[in-house]
Amino acid sequence: MYRKLRAQYQLLIMSIPFMAVLVLFSYVPLWGWIMAFQNYSLSHGITGSPFSGFNHFADLFRDDRFYLVLRNTLVMSGMSLATDFVGAIGLALLLNEVRLRFFKRTVQTITYIPHFVSWVVMANIVLGSLSPDGGIVNEVLMRLGIVHEPIMFMSKGSWFWAIHTLAGLWKELGWSTIIYLAVIAGLNAEMYEAAEVDGAGRLQKMWHISVPGLMPTAVLLLILATGNLINTGYESQFLLGNGLNIDYSQVLDLYALDYSFSIGDYSYGVAISVFKSAVSILLVLGVNQAARRLGGFKAF
Amino acid sequence: MRLSRTERTVQVVIYVLLTLLAFLTLYPFWNSLVISFNLGSDTSLGGITFWPRAFTWENYEVVLRDHRIAQAFVVSVARTVAGTALSILATAVFSYGMSKTELAGRKYYMIFCIVTLYFNGGLIPYFLLIHGLGMMNTFWVLIVPGAISIWNMIIFRTFFKEMPAGLEESAKIDGCGHFGTFFRIVLPLSGPVIASLSLFVAVNLWNDWFTATLFINNPKLVPIQSLLQEIMNANTVTEQLRSQGGSNFLDKIFQARTVTTKSLTMATMMVTTLPIIAVYPFVQRHFVKGVLVGSLKG
Repeated sequence: MYRKLRAQYQLLIMSIPFMAVLVLFSYVPLWGWIMAFQNYSLSHGITGSPFSGFNHFADLFRDDRFYLVLRNTLVMSGMSLATDFVGAIGLALLLNEVRLRFFKRTVQTITYIPHFVSWVVMANIVLGSLSPDGGIVNEVLMRLGIVHEPIMFMSKGSWFWAIHTLAGLWKELGWSTIIYLAVIAGLNAEMYEAAEVDGAGRLQKMWHISVPGLMPTAVLLLILATGNLINTGYESQFLLGNGLNIDYSQVLDLYALDYSFSIGDYSYGVAISVFKSAVSILLVLGVNQAARRLGGFKAF
Repeated sequence: MRLSRTERTVQVVIYVLLTLLAFLTLYPFWNSLVISFNLGSDTSLGGITFWPRAFTWENYEVVLRDHRIAQAFVVSVARTVAGTALSILATAVFSYGMSKTELAGRKYYMIFCIVTLYFNGGLIPYFLLIHGLGMMNTFWVLIVPGAISIWNMIIFRTFFKEMPAGLEESAKIDGCGHFGTFFRIVLPLSGPVIASLSLFVAVNLWNDWFTATLFINNPKLVPIQSLLQEIMNANTVTEQLRSQGGSNFLDKIFQARTVTTKSLTMATMMVTTLPIIAVYPFVQRHFVKGVLVGSLKG
């Protein structure tokens, strides 16, 4: 054993320190989960705070706000997932029908751009465009005579989900097509030729060859994304949300953050995180099972 | 090949749809750019669409002369350069170690790594960890915690595994250890994968604002994106005040001038995004390749 380790000491030096960094930043925070079972206070720390059992979880399940926030989280990730899925496949199919290579490449280049722009900038543009104060959307609506008063988009709580979904679509739609375009490009050209000989038009070829060809990849990606349903980001909600639409914009992570920092109840915030992780593990394991059964594919 | 009539209609519809999509994607950026070049006081009259009505460099002059913005820009550049170098080097070395089947305990390390992809302690314990490590308000918090990327590690590892085994064997015969083989043979041959991954890491570092929002309040260490978020936040607050009938204090400050918060924000935004837009056309192909390598083989 010792000799084996000695023979590969260089390899060990090349991996152990980095494992240590990983453990420090990814596993040590798990230790903090103890806080969810304590009445944590900053001055006493984890070792000195009194334990409180499952109190915080009991509170959590009695908290109306928690259900509201959970609803927001699930609805928004569901909406993003669905629109991105349908949109990306649709766009990939359309792009595939384009004959002019230059045109195709230009459209691709343009639709990929927002993926590389930060959420801060994107949110800024969204808020600016929707602003009642000379925002371009209101300008257009007023000029077309659809509305007479500028609409205060970001003050209407119930509109937040739609705005958020569209903003996300704007940012990621083009980028999500990459994988589908690659799959279509990899489909057997003979099938298209055979269909052509049989007199199939472009739409028929799209529907009978491209779409079924995409399905295995699409289903797999959909399943994997379902596993992350509760793990949606919070950046966009943080940036687009405000006090007037908070009942629709707040998601679990932001609620936890808010509770911990503004109210100072760290334990409750951690309890929310623990709940989220528990659901996420169940989802990922369930989804992995489903993927394995469906396609003999292992997600991890 | 001649197209039938319906086919031609379909083609036209497709081109129109895609043109519309490209326009809708690009236009908001264009509008922001135009506003950043338009006189602020003129912008507040509304109606700026495709072209500046009262062209000016003024907004950019104010932004570029602002010390905080200049400082934040420097912080962002330093963070992106140092962070990318650190992350790529660390991840590459780590992946090389992990790509060797003889490494003792490799399987367990791998499980440890992959678990972190699905699972984390949550924001608050993480915050307390960074706090406990004394990394609050340091440059390190901007580059170290995210240095080891598991996705990138998987991509690197796949790449290393596909290298011809003969290369490393001959290096070994010539007396190279693992270090020598890695730095002299493997790394110089990994140009393409390093390029792709560096770009991803760099863009993520440049665009990240949340880390600094949580962990940095020393104005000298705030990166540009976080500063932009602060500015934006201030604007939203004033807008809310206005919508509730309050007066806009920032507007009062700027009343005497032609520059407004809106035009300044737009100019700052453009300065923030410019580096990415500038390199984007040259590296787009790498990005696409990176995605495909990551998703198909990972």
